[in-house]
Amino acid sequence: MIQITLQKELTAASGIMLLDINIHIQQGTLTTLYGNSGVGKTSILRMIAGLLQPDEGQIIVNQKTWLDTKKGICLTPQQRKIGFVFQDYALFPNMTVKENLLYALEKGQDKEIISQLMHIIELKDLQHQKPNKLSGGQKQRVALARALVRKPEILMLDEPLSALDIKMRAKLQDYILKAHQQFGLTTLLISHDIAEVIKMSDIVLNIENGKIIQQGKPIDVFTTKQVSGKFQFSGEIVEIKKEDIIYIVTVLIGSNFVKVVAEETEVQTMKIGDKIIVASKAFNPLLQKIK
Amino acid sequence: MIDWQPLLLTFKLALTTTFLLIVISIPVSYWLAHTKSRIKPLLETLISMPLVLPPTVLGFYMLVVFGPSTTLGAWLNDYLGLRLIFSFKGLVLASIIYSLPFMVHPIQAGFANLPTTLTEASYVLGKSKITTIFNVLLPNIKPSILTGIVLAFAHTIGEFGVVLMIGGNIPGKTKVASIAIYDEVEALNYVAANWYSIILFIITFSILLLVYLINGGYLKKFWK
Repeated sequence: MIQITLQKELTAASGIMLLDINIHIQQGTLTTLYGNSGVGKTSILRMIAGLLQPDEGQIIVNQKTWLDTKKGICLTPQQRKIGFVFQDYALFPNMTVKENLLYALEKGQDKEIISQLMHIIELKDLQHQKPNKLSGGQKQRVALARALVRKPEILMLDEPLSALDIKMRAKLQDYILKAHQQFGLTTLLISHDIAEVIKMSDIVLNIENGKIIQQGKPIDVFTTKQVSGKFQFSGEIVEIKKEDIIYIVTVLIGSNFVKVVAEETEVQTMKIGDKIIVASKAFNPLLQKIK
Repeated sequence: MIDWQPLLLTFKLALTTTFLLIVISIPVSYWLAHTKSRIKPLLETLISMPLVLPPTVLGFYMLVVFGPSTTLGAWLNDYLGLRLIFSFKGLVLASIIYSLPFMVHPIQAGFANLPTTLTEASYVLGKSKITTIFNVLLPNIKPSILTGIVLAFAHTIGEFGVVLMIGGNIPGKTKVASIAIYDEVEALNYVAANWYSIILFIITFSILLLVYLINGGYLKKFWK
């Protein structure tokens, strides 16, 4: 069980914002922090990692106190057992892939974990490369593997997939899930992609202006109306076009475009860039094998 | 032929100065690159002063402060046996102060330009500050360190004013090549002056060229 209470005044683009959150995380779950840029998601992870000081707060991880501002306890980042995947990956350019992983070993730790990780995350072929020779997706895999070497109590990923194209994303989401399950990790992920949140997380925290406005299972958080249909996908509106008396709304779902007919009254509440759910209640789907 | 002693002395001075400067500049540069202290601008200004000040000013004050007739100078001489005027040790001290900005500036810029996430990533992996500096930060600013070394080395070779002020012109002790050239010209001995000059020119040219080749990546194919 991980209990986190944090308060901090942050200077955001719109002025001073008070970050005030209270989170309980079950061990072994994957929790996503969801929200727009500048709502304090990264700051939350940095405070948990000990890279940023909260004004007030308490962090208790498996009965161990990492931070308690009232009692004056504050462990350094080195003392907290965390894995952190930075947005820019932060691989050490002077070391090869393997050396990056070896560097993460603790004194006296068995080297076996390195080959195990290189196997799971498929880094064997890259092990002698320097980071600047790697593609974005490869760097991200190395960063993930490096963060796991210490067998962290919390794995944190700061928007690890935002710089990658959709295909690569799907693959890396699988790597993260695989590692999460195989190592029984407690994982915190930042994402602002609804499809990703739904695919990856057990719990999502919807954050706005430094506060958690909703939390729960992703599907419950993102669907305000209860829909009984079995088919629903989340996506983003990329185009709204008027044709005669109806409207055609083009929605990007994953890497596919879907055109949906809509009425004027529906369209009035929508604009390009809105996140929406495409759901169908009563229809008879056909299943067809692709290969 | 010419007397080689001034040239040897010049390189001995440059090597000693450069080595000591590396030891001093790495912590100073690291501190300057990361501190939020209010005295940072003051310290930066002091370090940069040799860039704008005539070397004779530095030499003059060193004479005044360390001369055997002053309290400090006498104390250093009596208790530590350290005479900083008209001695090789004094030249080294003056050269360190005089070449400090040439070493500190590139290294400080190197530290400042590294993404902070590299340091943070190392801390999160449980590594201490010292381990992080030696295994992550310094190896990634090698070009800056190399630039600093070469600039400081070359600048020390080119010193004249400060050496003349506090070193005097003692053969074998403080008579470096730049002063030997001046001497030979004054004695109308142009051939010797030309030898010293051309040797200094060729050596410094080669050193600088090598740095530009290395930092520009032109020599990469020879070692991998």
